[in-house]
Amino acid sequence: MAYRWKNDLTERDVTDERVWLNRRTLMKGAAGLGLAGIAGGTARAETLEPNSYDDITSYNNYYEFGTGKDDPVKYAGALTTSPWAVTIDGLVDKPGTYAFEDILGRMTQEERLYRFRCVEAWSMVVPWRGFELSDLLQFAGVKAEAKYVAFETALRKDEMPGTRYPVLDWPYVEGLRLDEAMHPLTIMATGLYGKDLPNQNGAPLRLVVPWKYGFKSIKSVVRITLTDTQPPTSWNKANAREYGFYSNVNPEVDHPRWSQASERRLGGGLFASKVPTQMFNGYAQEVAGLYEGMDLKANF
Amino acid sequence: MSSRGAFAGKINRALRRVPAAPIYILCAAHIGWLFWQGVNGALGPEPIKALEHAYGETALKLLVGVLAITPLLKLTRINLIRYRRALGLSAFFYVVAHLAVWLFLDVQVMAQIWADIVKRPYITVGMAGFALLVPLAVTSNDWMIRRMGGQGWRLLHRLTYPAAILAAVHFVMLRKGWQIEPLVDLGLIVLLLVLRLRRGRRRAPARVAG
Repeated sequence: MAYRWKNDLTERDVTDERVWLNRRTLMKGAAGLGLAGIAGGTARAETLEPNSYDDITSYNNYYEFGTGKDDPVKYAGALTTSPWAVTIDGLVDKPGTYAFEDILGRMTQEERLYRFRCVEAWSMVVPWRGFELSDLLQFAGVKAEAKYVAFETALRKDEMPGTRYPVLDWPYVEGLRLDEAMHPLTIMATGLYGKDLPNQNGAPLRLVVPWKYGFKSIKSVVRITLTDTQPPTSWNKANAREYGFYSNVNPEVDHPRWSQASERRLGGGLFASKVPTQMFNGYAQEVAGLYEGMDLKANF
Repeated sequence: MSSRGAFAGKINRALRRVPAAPIYILCAAHIGWLFWQGVNGALGPEPIKALEHAYGETALKLLVGVLAITPLLKLTRINLIRYRRALGLSAFFYVVAHLAVWLFLDVQVMAQIWADIVKRPYITVGMAGFALLVPLAVTSNDWMIRRMGGQGWRLLHRLTYPAAILAAVHFVMLRKGWQIEPLVDLGLIVLLLVLRLRRGRRRAPARVAG
């Protein structure tokens, strides 16, 4: 069942200049800007306009194709995305390997305009197309013992030049708690700007969890496994001190390399100002309840 | 004289007519051109990082070049020592440009700069490298060499070694995971320093064998 989450942030809203904001984040934004001594106005800092198709598709991380931000757009063309199949296994009623087209046939797709916040303190706004992960999980039938969802990216050494080097422990793996995976904001994206997902952005389908740092939103998914124990995640394996399992966007928990208090929205050119980062990337109203009573500094 | 020596002699004679001054002009033009590209949107969706990285990486490459000059002379007798000051000073100018982009375009928040320097090890390491380069740049002129005397000046300029190591370590640390390019740079620098050690110890026999 789609359309459970009402998306207030459509492109039409933006052209109508309706700013989607609650009062508190607006005030917080103003305070942050005042502190930074940067005049710029809160509206400009908070107006959600999608980044250009070019920005979104030419600047990102996809280490399977290289560690440079322009490596994915240069090399991801080699990835064969059709045929594509996703294995759904573990604690599900209907385990199996499903063709991508068969999955799409069962899902209702919709547009979602989301903020995308990289752990490296840059951000974009992306008009995704996709379906809610919970629909797919409900189709597969989640068993009562399941507590987590593990994801795995395709690993094809001949098509992915970056995987010839042990930058990460391939294949790339990620994970969510079941309630995070079932949240209506969590989608499997299959396109952006109304077009099929370009390879460099994780074709043919990828996870998008907008309140977490970008590396949680695993690309080109080939396996989804329901488990009762917390699954390993690639960046946590590479450097547990820097990357936790949750990796929720949180301006109050610094990353050892980057302050997470502010971010730079791409597309602003050489003299772009920084904007304050919002708790849960601006989705606190929707997801803060998932973490009630948890110490977010310890569970970063 | 060996053929190697003859070849080096030929190159050294040809280079006698090539002045060092154009190095400054080329580097200044390159710094300005990169900035201009950034202003005009030719550096991609994130021109600030692109500019910062281009300046930093060029500085590191130039430092590798500076460190290669002595081993090159010892191993091949090709003598590029008269270009070393221009290369070293140019490396410093790139570092200054790199630092300026970081301060004024990247971090922006002045209160955050000091916090970044003390809290984030890769920035601490980078700033330490910069601090070591400052006295080297200030003394890279004939007047200072005369004032300090050759021996003192040479001793001071051995700071190039730790500075280059710090610069490469800074690069290795700031990349996520263990990435190839910064590790290659660090490896090259270590190799060029090790060559000095071994050459230094075996100077006499090396000369006989040469």
